[in-house]
Amino acid sequence: MQQCPPSPRRLRTLCRLMLPGLLVLLPALAAARAPESLALWPLPLSVEVSPRQLLLAPNNFFISHGPNSTAGPSCAILQEAFRRYYEFIFGFNKQHYGPTRTPTGTELQQLLVTVVLDSECDAFPGISSDESYSLLVKEPVAMLKANRVWGALRGLETFSQLIYQDSYGTFTISESTIIDSPRFPHRGILIDTSRHYLPVKVILETLDAMSFNKFNVLHWHVVDDPSFPYQSIVFPELSNKGSYSLSHVYTPNDVRKVIEYARLRGIRVLPEFDSPGHTLSWGKGQNDLLTPCYSAEQPSGDFGPINPTVNTTYSFLYKFFQEISKVFPDQFIHLGGDEVEFHCWASNPKIQNFMKQKGFGTDYKKLQSFYIQKLMDIIAAVNKKSIVWQEVFDGSAKLQPGTVVEVWKAEKYPEELTKVTEGGYPVILAAPWYLDLISYGQDWKRYYQVEPLNFYGSQEQKKLVIGGEACLWGEYVDATNLTPRLWPRASAVGERLWSHGDVRGLEDAYNRLMRHRCRMVRRGIAAQPLFTGYCNYEESI
Amino acid sequence: MAGSTLWFSLLLAAATAGPATALWPWPQYIQTSDQRYAVLPKNFDFRYHAGSAAKPGCSVLDQAFQRYRHLLFHSASDSPTGRTEKQYAAEKNTLTIFVATPGCHQLPSLESVENYTLTINDEQCFLLSETVWGALRGLETFSQLIWRSADGTFFINKTDIVDFPRFPHRGLLLDTSRHYLPLSSILDTLDVMAYNKFNVFHWHLVDDPSFPYDSVTFPELARKGSYNPVTHIYTVQDVKEVVEYARLRGIRVVPEFDTPGHTLSWGLGVPGLLTPCYSGSKPSGTFGPVNPILNSTYEFMTTFFLEISSVFPDFYLHLGGDEVDFSCWKSNPDVQAFMKKKGFGEDFKQLESLYIQMLLNIVSAYGKGYVVWQEVFDNKVKVQPDTIIHVWREEAPVNYLKELELITQAGFRALLSAPWYLNRITYGPDWKEFYMVEPLAFDGSPEQKALVIGGEACMWGEYVDSTNLVPRLWPRAGAVAERLWSNSRVTDLEFALTRLTNFRCELLRRGVQAQPLNVGYCEQEFEQA
Repeated sequence: MQQCPPSPRRLRTLCRLMLPGLLVLLPALAAARAPESLALWPLPLSVEVSPRQLLLAPNNFFISHGPNSTAGPSCAILQEAFRRYYEFIFGFNKQHYGPTRTPTGTELQQLLVTVVLDSECDAFPGISSDESYSLLVKEPVAMLKANRVWGALRGLETFSQLIYQDSYGTFTISESTIIDSPRFPHRGILIDTSRHYLPVKVILETLDAMSFNKFNVLHWHVVDDPSFPYQSIVFPELSNKGSYSLSHVYTPNDVRKVIEYARLRGIRVLPEFDSPGHTLSWGKGQNDLLTPCYSAEQPSGDFGPINPTVNTTYSFLYKFFQEISKVFPDQFIHLGGDEVEFHCWASNPKIQNFMKQKGFGTDYKKLQSFYIQKLMDIIAAVNKKSIVWQEVFDGSAKLQPGTVVEVWKAEKYPEELTKVTEGGYPVILAAPWYLDLISYGQDWKRYYQVEPLNFYGSQEQKKLVIGGEACLWGEYVDATNLTPRLWPRASAVGERLWSHGDVRGLEDAYNRLMRHRCRMVRRGIAAQPLFTGYCNYEESI
Repeated sequence: MAGSTLWFSLLLAAATAGPATALWPWPQYIQTSDQRYAVLPKNFDFRYHAGSAAKPGCSVLDQAFQRYRHLLFHSASDSPTGRTEKQYAAEKNTLTIFVATPGCHQLPSLESVENYTLTINDEQCFLLSETVWGALRGLETFSQLIWRSADGTFFINKTDIVDFPRFPHRGLLLDTSRHYLPLSSILDTLDVMAYNKFNVFHWHLVDDPSFPYDSVTFPELARKGSYNPVTHIYTVQDVKEVVEYARLRGIRVVPEFDTPGHTLSWGLGVPGLLTPCYSGSKPSGTFGPVNPILNSTYEFMTTFFLEISSVFPDFYLHLGGDEVDFSCWKSNPDVQAFMKKKGFGEDFKQLESLYIQMLLNIVSAYGKGYVVWQEVFDNKVKVQPDTIIHVWREEAPVNYLKELELITQAGFRALLSAPWYLNRITYGPDWKEFYMVEPLAFDGSPEQKALVIGGEACMWGEYVDSTNLVPRLWPRAGAVAERLWSNSRVTDLEFALTRLTNFRCELLRRGVQAQPLNVGYCEQEFEQA
């Protein structure tokens, strides 16, 4: 229990809590007394809650720009967010509340949002976006301050989580002071739209739920072996031939919609175009891109990874990634590079020749490195930075400084973190957070208890861990089960990546997460239950 | 074994030809050919044969016709116009139904005959069944035989089907105590059950966490014991709606009121019903199972089950009897004294036995049959010979197949659920494990095997509510449905995967949020309008 129960009868003195290391634990109290009250998720860095409660009247409360804010009504990010959060706070009940005034002195009438520095209203969020904010809730006007709009968005979410309905249905908030900023700058969710196509509606809903959990990266694993749903402008045959059907595609308009919807929520869209393996679906629309496999000196008719030995491959990749670099505004592109099967390369006489010519012997890792380096040069040429799966680092390709390595193999991942950071590369952790690997019971606890910095290494090495991702691979997931499978399990990862490393208590997490899940349900997200029990507003699902 | 060769040849045919590959569960005998007939939505009609015992006005079939017309053709309007006017040499625009025995207003029962034959050839398009329940099963099969070509035309192939269930009790358990399920979730589930030819809804209504059944005689039970006495209850009217909705789909509703354990939520509304636990010489403030030593307990049960017996029309009630924790009984001095007086020594199984026997007497006096969980049998409670024993434990005290052997050896009828706890999820295609279960793979005489009346897929509610019920249930429960309906030789996993994948897409088309079995896609995805 890092926050105080907002019960005025119980505590007369200001309950001053938080700041890591100085935690005052009040288990059971908050949970037992206030089932619908404070359930901050992820827990902010510092929370002070006073016993003094303020009431909010839907017809006499509004969110607006502070007088000194660098953002104003022309800032779409905030205008849209004000409207969204008003809806989340007062929800479906607002029409039931007439203009009845509450006694003055106990009412919160306004939230003023002030952006201090250049607002970045019209920009895209990036890896170094400032998401910090401070929130002062005091009668009659609450103040939310942030350096940039990104922090304002996070603060609005927190503000909405502070408000609850008491047993009479009155919207209530405790006077409080919150100072908050994320522990890691990269907090991602991976979705896989190749193994199963996900309708745009489902992706947008996921972005909403991500913002409720302060995630800020949608890692979009767009294409893979089974299907190629990305509709390329330059190479339309890729999806014409490689998608499941012509209705299972993302048009340029769909992609723009996703990117803008994400931007409005302070979420980056990180596209992954995995190669040279995991590319079967590319081959259908792009002749001669994949390696023909041989069986007994004859082409077998099967295809392997991208053919790294021909120039046409690289001219294709250059044009393709030129398009990708324009369509996706993020500074990074995920290049994949995982699980490259060598047997098809090894079977092909032309590739064998090439290997000989290059002096690679039979070390196909060298061929893989050759390919990846040419690809990373292309990415640099289109002014983007690369993220790769850990094999690329393991395969000892010379990575450009600043290339981000994503660690996904569960076995001995702390050792891998040590190695990658020893090499001086920034790293993203996904290994312990493969949410598609379901099991019976409360597996969220396992995700929650992961400590990303729990590996052998110097302070400088630890600083290279820029964050993590919860991955929901698509073998067994589509629109029918994505939302309940992702939430609230991914929320556990959300708090691990946002909150201070000392926030680890499972019982407290359970009590908050249970209520956070009910809040998501109330907002229309079909988040599944943690355990036996109920929510007050289950009907919205 | 003529049947066996026939079946294998059909298996091959179905696996290669498109049309029949969405059939689920697989019929007992089927012969199809490539010869096809067009079905024109505009002209299509279900019609009672003049000699049929069920006639227009038969609620069960009248409404089924409407449902299946909608399921089959609701998307027909988006077919390219002009095409629909095309004349096909061979059209089938009437399915004629002949039901041999009357009975449109009755309830389905364990004894209901669900056999049917379906004949689609040049001369006929005909569904013949003994009862309306068989006709319902046949209509479902008929709906699965119709397919749509790329240009939007509906077709049905020349087909002969003779079909009947392998087991008469094919159930699905939902748990509305650990999480409340809105009425709409229950009704939707009944629809999908009918698509899978399930015929028993085992409604685990109440348990420790909550008591959502709004009893007329004891309104305090739900008022105090439900999660919310307004929004999280089932009124008697709700129950009636469920029972009628189920009846119209040939599904029985077997309610479970589990005692003497799993009853914490009962205690809130009926003071004195539960055993006060002691810590040392003082009541600890916590409560254990129903208190079996008081007359008031049996008076309560007599009144309560009188209500239940009339609200739930099925012949059977499920009385639970599982997982009785003896520690609270042991701690209570009054219970100890009672044990001594009865000469039970330290054997609390005898106390449980006494309770169960009293309860069974009460329920049988109301003319009801009953199902109990296996502990009642394991603990050697004396029960009437017509009791149905429900096997749920996988390994202890013995493997579930051995348990079936012991139960049937003792002459009791048995129901199997142990390998079909669908709430227990694992990564990957776990439906295969459910599918490969053979309920009769135990040592026993043919008479013993005949005592296994079926099984149930169970979806316990610890981690399940309306947010995830549907994708967790379907199509996984379909594996159990086929095991309980189809011939025991239908065990080919590849054949099953092909059909179940197609059937799952058909479920999506029907609006059911059934999750994927593997990598792939359906023409019409969920949430893609």
